[in-house]
Amino acid sequence: MAHAPADENTNPSHAFGRMLWRHRGEPGMLIPLLQAAQDSYGHIPQLAVEQISEVTGIPASEIYGVITFYKQFRLKPVGKHLIRLCKGTACHVVGADMIAQTVADELKVPPDETTDDGLFTFTVVACLGCCSLAPVLMIDEEAYGRMTPQQVRRILRQYRQRAATSLRATIPKAPSAVLPANP
Amino acid sequence: MEGSVQQVLVGLGSCGIAAGGRRVFDRFAELIDSGRDDSVLKQTGCIGLCYREVLVEVRDRQGRRTLYGEVSPERVDRIVAEHLHQGKVIAEWVVETSEVFARQQRIVLRNCGVIDPANLDEYRARDGYRALAKVLTQMTPAQVIELISDAGLRGRGGAGFPTGTKWRLAQATKDPHKYVVCNADEGDPGAFMDRSVLEGDPHSVLEGMAIAAYAIGASHGYVYVRAEYPEAVRRLRQAIAQATGHGCLGANILGTGFHFEVALKEGAGAFVCGEETALIASIEGKRGMPRVRPPFPVESGLWGHPTCINNVETLANVPWIILHGADAFKACGTSGSKGTKVFALAGKVRRGGLVEVPMGISINEVINEIGGGTVSGRAFKAVQMGGPSGGCIPAWLGDTPIDYEQLTASGAIMGSGGMVVMDESTCMVDVARFFLSFTQNESCGKCTFCRIGTKRMLEILERVCAGQGRIEDLNLLAELGEQIKASSLCGLGQTAPNPVLTTLRYFLEEYQVHIADKRCPAKVCLALVEFWIDPEKCNGCGLCVTACDVGAISGEKKFPHRIDGGACVKCARCLTVCRQDAIEKR
Repeated sequence: MAHAPADENTNPSHAFGRMLWRHRGEPGMLIPLLQAAQDSYGHIPQLAVEQISEVTGIPASEIYGVITFYKQFRLKPVGKHLIRLCKGTACHVVGADMIAQTVADELKVPPDETTDDGLFTFTVVACLGCCSLAPVLMIDEEAYGRMTPQQVRRILRQYRQRAATSLRATIPKAPSAVLPANP
Repeated sequence: MEGSVQQVLVGLGSCGIAAGGRRVFDRFAELIDSGRDDSVLKQTGCIGLCYREVLVEVRDRQGRRTLYGEVSPERVDRIVAEHLHQGKVIAEWVVETSEVFARQQRIVLRNCGVIDPANLDEYRARDGYRALAKVLTQMTPAQVIELISDAGLRGRGGAGFPTGTKWRLAQATKDPHKYVVCNADEGDPGAFMDRSVLEGDPHSVLEGMAIAAYAIGASHGYVYVRAEYPEAVRRLRQAIAQATGHGCLGANILGTGFHFEVALKEGAGAFVCGEETALIASIEGKRGMPRVRPPFPVESGLWGHPTCINNVETLANVPWIILHGADAFKACGTSGSKGTKVFALAGKVRRGGLVEVPMGISINEVINEIGGGTVSGRAFKAVQMGGPSGGCIPAWLGDTPIDYEQLTASGAIMGSGGMVVMDESTCMVDVARFFLSFTQNESCGKCTFCRIGTKRMLEILERVCAGQGRIEDLNLLAELGEQIKASSLCGLGQTAPNPVLTTLRYFLEEYQVHIADKRCPAKVCLALVEFWIDPEKCNGCGLCVTACDVGAISGEKKFPHRIDGGACVKCARCLTVCRQDAIEKR
């Protein structure tokens, strides 16, 4: 859930604000506070850093030090859909590089960037832990296993089409249906 | 209950969910709830045969168990109509499990894929929290430690430190304020054992923690779990609340006056936080940088207090040992390594998944007998064990038994349990480069050799993969590797060169071919291959022509195309667009 963008209908800062409000100086709360801020805003805005600094007494410079140390934290907003491409060992040996290139080609952005239309942010992660379905791609919370370049293109285009026609969200074809039969 | 009611279990570990398990579950729920059927629908954790996900098990009224593989929502209707309503097994969808399970022995995974992890009663029905009750009412802390030491349990996180010794050191400290930490920061790419245990049987880990806490005299504990495992986080949180609600955790546990609280800490994505001092820094809310040991965490850990850090799998073993005794645990294994080990079998293996085998079984047995050999059917070339800290063991050492010392002697390590199988289409130089780019990226930057040394090693490997390697690079790699190992503070740096050093040791020829002949035998390193269009397969659709940025592909529509090798920049873009599978690497 940590990567899901905040629902526009609810007050995005709510969960984070409540946590800040309740903070009573317990030790070790910096990372949970940052996680709450990212859950609420989709990234960690400067204002959140200032608020955390004020409440915890930790200097903003130190907070930025922690933010930049951990890969989970983002200082820039993400697109509507977050694509996480797995580059774990199992995915690597069955051709994750080619899948990465296909995504970059199709979206016309390199990893860690957001498309101009703000629809996708493309990231490469170390391991999603679905090694037996390699190569794996995750869009938001949906995982797609045993990917081929063609399937990647088709899935991305489905997301695009859905956004363009602004139809009500229909779930793209289930991964179980795109899995080829096991040899 | 069992045997009287027909049950349907859907495997909803992360793999199952990724393969579409939720939709299968929902479809069953629709059909079963619509009446005509008194079957009970349940979720369960990882069943272990990840290669056939989504897995569904039907247990009929007589207790007979049938496992269906590759179940899609469309297949659910037939299973309900034929099996649930008429008791007719659909033979063509049944997964044959006898080969897979014949050599396995399930201690850690005793409940995974068997119980509903969200249901505390099911855990209790299978002896859950009985070990804790036994410890609290019949044993002294010293007896518990003695039993664990006697069983010969060693840390399953990779290094294999004796668990009993660690507990004894923690118990011996005078500080009244101590901590138990469960290390669930499973960062190795290609490993998913801890995740599966946390998702499939979270209570066994919590029970193990409570027993450890009683043994060392701690009243507080943390589970440090990767945030990248949302499902494991959710189930752990639920399990902690249930256990606390039922008096198995928290104040006055099981009415004995023993107090132990567990809190969950989500990691924020840093591989180095699997190292215990870095993990402590991360729980304290700091950058996860390791520090010098001693003092070891058992003397001075979290906020300066004694802290006992154990891995998920280690803790899941503990309740079983308490209930079954040290002798039962020692019954399997080798002289130095007792009990079982869980492995995540992945890569080019036919039957990938989660397996638990007795220590002492050989690598060949795991890959060929349980894993069913390679997907291609040809012999495996190497197996990577221990992730970025481990190494590649060549096929000719396949008789090496699973044993801490023997695996270390081979240059790899037991590691946390990732086992990635490789065949001849895997380039070992590329694998070494892959792991080094991972560790280089994850180095926290504290030690110069780890920070800069890994960077230089990576540059050399990239050069070799690009066909610009020099023969003296090989000595330089080995020399740098040894220096990084000797001059790094923590396990990350001390083991980072292992994948390179083991491939140099066992696959030197492959490096030499890359450098001298400018050839990649596995055809993985793009700079060293030629792209070629098979005229038999090409239908002249022209997709590759449009995809090629440098205009290297030519041909008439509807007639076979060809690639101009001189103009080709080897970007492989044509390969990703071709629908005829006509483009080959030669």
